[in-house]
Amino acid sequence: MAYDKLLTRNLGKPNSATLDAYQASGGYQGLRRVFKEFTPEKFVEEVKASGLRGRGGAGFPAGVKWGFLPKGLEVPRYLCVNADESEPGTFKDRLLIEQDPHLVLEGIIASAWAIGCHTAFFYIRGEFHKGARIFQKAIEEAYAKGLLGRNILGSGFDLDLIVYRGAGAYICGEETALLESLEGKRGLPRIKPPFPAVVGLYGCPTIINNVETLANVTLIAERGAAWFAAIGRPKNTGPKLFCVSGHVARPGVYEAPLGIPMKELIEMAGGMMRPDRPLKAVVPGGSSMKILPAAKCDVLMDFDSLAAAGTSLGSAGMFVMDSGTCMVDALWNVCRFYAHESCGQCTPCREGTGWFVKILKRLERGDGVPDDVELLDNVASRVEGNTICPFGEAVAWPVQSYVKEFRDEFQEHVTRRGCPLAAAAAR
Amino acid sequence: MSLPVSTETDRQIDGLLGRFPQRGSALLPALHLIQAEKGHIPLEAMDYIAGKIGVSPAFVAGVVSFYTMFQQTPIGRHHIQVCCTLPCALRGAGSVMGYLERKLGIRRGGTTPDGKFTLSAVECLGACDTAPMFQINEEEYGQLDERRIDAILASLK
Repeated sequence: MAYDKLLTRNLGKPNSATLDAYQASGGYQGLRRVFKEFTPEKFVEEVKASGLRGRGGAGFPAGVKWGFLPKGLEVPRYLCVNADESEPGTFKDRLLIEQDPHLVLEGIIASAWAIGCHTAFFYIRGEFHKGARIFQKAIEEAYAKGLLGRNILGSGFDLDLIVYRGAGAYICGEETALLESLEGKRGLPRIKPPFPAVVGLYGCPTIINNVETLANVTLIAERGAAWFAAIGRPKNTGPKLFCVSGHVARPGVYEAPLGIPMKELIEMAGGMMRPDRPLKAVVPGGSSMKILPAAKCDVLMDFDSLAAAGTSLGSAGMFVMDSGTCMVDALWNVCRFYAHESCGQCTPCREGTGWFVKILKRLERGDGVPDDVELLDNVASRVEGNTICPFGEAVAWPVQSYVKEFRDEFQEHVTRRGCPLAAAAAR
Repeated sequence: MSLPVSTETDRQIDGLLGRFPQRGSALLPALHLIQAEKGHIPLEAMDYIAGKIGVSPAFVAGVVSFYTMFQQTPIGRHHIQVCCTLPCALRGAGSVMGYLERKLGIRRGGTTPDGKFTLSAVECLGACDTAPMFQINEEEYGQLDERRIDAILASLK
């Protein structure tokens, strides 16, 4: 089916990051339409009606989240844009930030207006130097043209937007850790409830939305909820950026409607990297999500289809592994990541991640003992559900699923005293 | 007492103090400014910024040590940060790291004796489509192989 690109429509055009180029292709018409045809309350309803679900990982309906803001409180409300893209396998927000920042900015302005926010923050991971520079420039252009600051486009609405750079901590992508970081602290997640919509930044009601979510708000502002809801599948509406990496011929960001078959995405990415090595497994939603072995990869890429398949769309960071991949080695790598990134606040996570690394290292090195595979499961079950933030699940799920789907391969590392693939490669 | 940072950095930090609804938010941007000038965050600078913001030096040290990007000791002029997380590892990050260690004669975490290069293994830099990749200071380089690495390093002074 022919599909007109929406989120990536301006990519590849000359000077796509500039305000001039963005406006030349119809940019900021959506914002004008929203100011003219809606009240803030009606636009919140419009976003609810679109069915837009958050693109950061949890897939929570964006309009519903906005609706959680308490009414009638005389305190500031904040919007924090989560541009702390750091889930392994995910690189879609970077693309929007660097190549079409005004598509995101237009959605930020419309969203801030809808929720009654006058100071918004763009929290971008510290390593995205280039993205921070480009977005800062886009903000300055917007101020100069009356799209930010006082009385935006004559609407009477005021908004300031501040870029805030992180400094290298995966956990700050978790929304309450992000708020702590924005307050100038260590990024330690907060206990919920209270949820940020009630007690957030500086103790005030706060909405945190992902970059791609806000780019989708721009589309809804332009063409309305009914149009948006017709894209994709029921309850899984709209366009989506899929990050395809690993053992494919052309890794990259591919745009498609939610619900595209996973196998089609692999084809879009040029198929497998090496023709002699067939597909072994795919992680569909960033490294925190459960792995699917090749036999289970005939799935649709949307929130509900992947949930039914026992995993999750997550951040749509899909990495593909071929038959040359050792699952013990891969999981060891994943667990090193989580051990490094655990904030250390909760004992099960801080200690559990270290245990995973230790056990997987000895399995891969040929020093595993017969109970090690059970031990991985056992530790994972004690981490899952026992931490303040979802980081515990983010490490327990890969451990549980790699072991479940590839148990024989893990056992073989014990019985053959090491990695069969590494041994074969060394021969 | 002399300032542990330049008067220009001091002026920029003063500008940050009133920029946020609460003063504490100025800490991370201030630390970025200090590191941009000094290459790392010296202890005296932690005391200095603690005084400016109105928190204890220990609080500042806690923040500095939490975030991977903040360096507590001097490092080389060119900080090579090799992404070693799984999507890069699937496409040869291990070989890239091995080659750099041999070429520079240092292990990951080390600095060359002339102070030119520091080599670090880092976690996902969100550029998996260009794997294997590294970042040197603020620039990113992807699709790495030995020839490309040689050319990149040769271009750095």
